[in-house]
Amino acid sequence: MNDAVTRAELLRRAALGGVAISLPGFLAACGGDGGGGAAGTTDTSPKELADTLRFSNWTLYIDRDEKTKKSPTLEQFKSKTGVTVQYFEDINDNATYFGKVQRPLSQGQSIDRDIVVLTDNSRFPGLLIDKGWAEKLDRSAIPNIANLQDSLKSPSFDPNREYSLPWQSGMTGIASNLKVTKKPVTSVDQLLEDPKLHGKVTLLTEMADSLSIVMLANGDDPTKVDDTSFQKAVDRIQKAVNSGQIRQFTGNDYTGPLTRGDLAACFSWSGDVVQLTVDNPKLVWNLADSGGDIWTDNMLIPKGGDTYTASTFMNFVYDPKIAAQIAAYVNYVSPVKGAKEAARKLDPKLADNPLIFPDDETLSKVVIFDKDALQNQDYLEKWQTLIGA
Amino acid sequence: MFHRHRWLTPYLLLAPGFAWLAAFFVVPLALLAYQSLQSGTFDFGYQFSWELYNYWDALSRYKAHLIRSFVYAGLATILALLVSYPLAYWIAFRGGRWKNLFLLAIIAPFFVTYLIRTLAWQNILADQGTVVGVLRDLHILAPDGRLLATSTAVVAGITYNFLPFMALPLYVALEQIDERLIEAAQDLYASRTKAFLRVTLPLSLPGVFAGTLLTFIPAAGDFINAQLLGTPKQHMIGNVIQSKYLELIDYPAAAALSFVLMAAILIGVAVYARALGTERLTG
Repeated sequence: MNDAVTRAELLRRAALGGVAISLPGFLAACGGDGGGGAAGTTDTSPKELADTLRFSNWTLYIDRDEKTKKSPTLEQFKSKTGVTVQYFEDINDNATYFGKVQRPLSQGQSIDRDIVVLTDNSRFPGLLIDKGWAEKLDRSAIPNIANLQDSLKSPSFDPNREYSLPWQSGMTGIASNLKVTKKPVTSVDQLLEDPKLHGKVTLLTEMADSLSIVMLANGDDPTKVDDTSFQKAVDRIQKAVNSGQIRQFTGNDYTGPLTRGDLAACFSWSGDVVQLTVDNPKLVWNLADSGGDIWTDNMLIPKGGDTYTASTFMNFVYDPKIAAQIAAYVNYVSPVKGAKEAARKLDPKLADNPLIFPDDETLSKVVIFDKDALQNQDYLEKWQTLIGA
Repeated sequence: MFHRHRWLTPYLLLAPGFAWLAAFFVVPLALLAYQSLQSGTFDFGYQFSWELYNYWDALSRYKAHLIRSFVYAGLATILALLVSYPLAYWIAFRGGRWKNLFLLAIIAPFFVTYLIRTLAWQNILADQGTVVGVLRDLHILAPDGRLLATSTAVVAGITYNFLPFMALPLYVALEQIDERLIEAAQDLYASRTKAFLRVTLPLSLPGVFAGTLLTFIPAAGDFINAQLLGTPKQHMIGNVIQSKYLELIDYPAAAALSFVLMAAILIGVAVYARALGTERLTG
C-alpha cells in the first residue's frame, strides 16, 4: 500500500482547506489582538503618574504641527507632567473598534490603552460602561471638569459623568458641492426626491445621524423614537434607495466623491467639511432646514488603564487654552467652557465660526438621538438591512 | 535501531504543520461552529442551545446575497481567466529574459494594501473621470451614465484585486510545458490552433484549476469591493457577515452565515473538481 500523500491529493486538500480559511480567519482576526501586559493596576489607583499614556483616538482629531509632525498639546502635556503620550489613530468606526477590543476586555485582559474615544450616537460607550469594562474617572485629578458645558453634563449612558468626558462634539447636516448643485441643498425633500440629484446622494451608515435628520424632516421627534416614526423614516429612505436616488451609505469616505463632484450632496459631519473647504471652496455645509443632530465623542478609560494618568490628561485638555488649540485644528465643537474666548485670542475668525462654536440659533436646531432606540436590536437590524446588509 | 522507526519520519515532519493547522484552523473553526448554535443577545450573553434556527434564518433571509456573491465571484473568476491566460501565456513563452520583470509587474500592486487599491478604483471609475468620459463619448454609457456604484464596478474591482491569484498559477503551469511537445505536435501536422487545443491547453489545466479556486473562493467572501464600489443593491454575503459581526454584535448569526457560505463554496468546489477530474489534472 502506498501511504505517501500524492501531490494531487495534497493540492486537492489544500484547495478544499483553502475554502474554509477566508471567513473564520477574518472573524478570528477581528476577535482580539492578545492584550496582556497591563501597565496600570486597577481599582486602587496609585497617585503616581505613569511614564506613558496610551491614547486611542480617531484620525485627524488632535492638533498637529505640520513642521515637526508632532502635536503641540501632547508636547505641552509632556513638558508639564513628564508623561509621554503614545498617540494611536486607530479608531475608524465605533463598531469595528469595539469588535476589536471586546474579546480581551470580556476576558479581563487589558487592551494596552489608557484612553479610548467612542461616540455617544452609537451604543458602544454605554455598552463599555454597562459591561463593567470602563474604569471610573479619578475626579479629584480633574478640577477642570467645572469647564464642561452644561448641556453635556448628564448624558443618559453616564448620567453623572463617572466614566466619561467629552472629547469633541459635532453636528450632522448636509454638505453640497456647489459645482454640481449651484445652490446649497438644505432641504431633505430635495435631497431625497429631486431628480436633478438622482444617484448623486449619500447618507451616513450611522443610524442615529441619518434617521435624526429624516425624522425631523418628517415632522417626527428623533429624541423619542417610536415604531411608527421609525418605520416612516426607514420607508422614506428605502424608497430613495430603490429609486436609485441614494447611491450609497458611507462613513467618512464621502469626502473623496464629494470633492470630486461624483456626489452632489450628502449627509455629512460638520468638522470634515470645515477641513475640506480649505482646499475646495465649492463645498458648503448646512444644517437641514428642518434640523440636524449633535453627537459627542467621549473619552473613556478601558479596564486596566491607568486612571490617575488618564484623568490628569483629561484635566489638561479641559484647560480652555488647550481646548481652543485643539478645536482650532480639528474644527469640531469644543465641549469646554471658555474655549471660545481663548480661541478669540488665537484667531478671531475661529471664534466666530458657528460650526466650531455654535451660536444659540444653531444649537436650537440640533437634537440628540434617542438613546433607547440605539439599543433596540430590532431597529438596528432593520437599519442594517436598509443600508444593504 | 533507528531505521526501525523510519515509518515515523514523515509524521514527524508533518507534525509542525498539523499542529499549526489544529491550533489556528481546526480549533477556531470548532469554536465558530459552537458559536453558530448559540442563542441570546450580546447584552445578556449567548448560550449554547443547538439553535439550528440560525442556519435557517441565514439561508432564508440572505439567499439573495449568497446568490449575488456567487454570481459576482463567478464573473470575476471568468474575467480574470480571460485576462490572465493570454498574459501568462505570453510571459511564459515570449517573455524571454524579461520574464521576472513582467511577473514583478503583476505582483507590484500587491505592495499596496487591498483597501488602498480598491479606493484607487473609486478614482479610476469616478463619474468625472477619464474612463467614464471616454465611454460616454463613445455612447457606450448614457450621457448621465456612471460606472461607480454599479455591479460593473464591483465585478471589475474584484477581478482586478484577485487577478494575480489567477495569473501566477497559470504562469507556473504554462512555464513548465516542454516546448518540444508543441513542436512535436506541429511536426505531426497539427495547426497552431490544434496544437494549442490538444497540447498546451490540457497541460495548463492544473494551473486553470488552481487559479480559478484561488480567485473564486476569496472573491465569494469579499465585502470590500461591494462596500466601496457598489451600492446597497450590490452588497454581498461578506457585507452581511461583517454587519452581523461588528454592527449588530450578533455572533451566532455571523457564525451561521459563515458556515453557510463555507458549505456552499465546498459543495461548489467539489462539483467543479469532480467535473474537471482533479486526479488527472494535478497528478
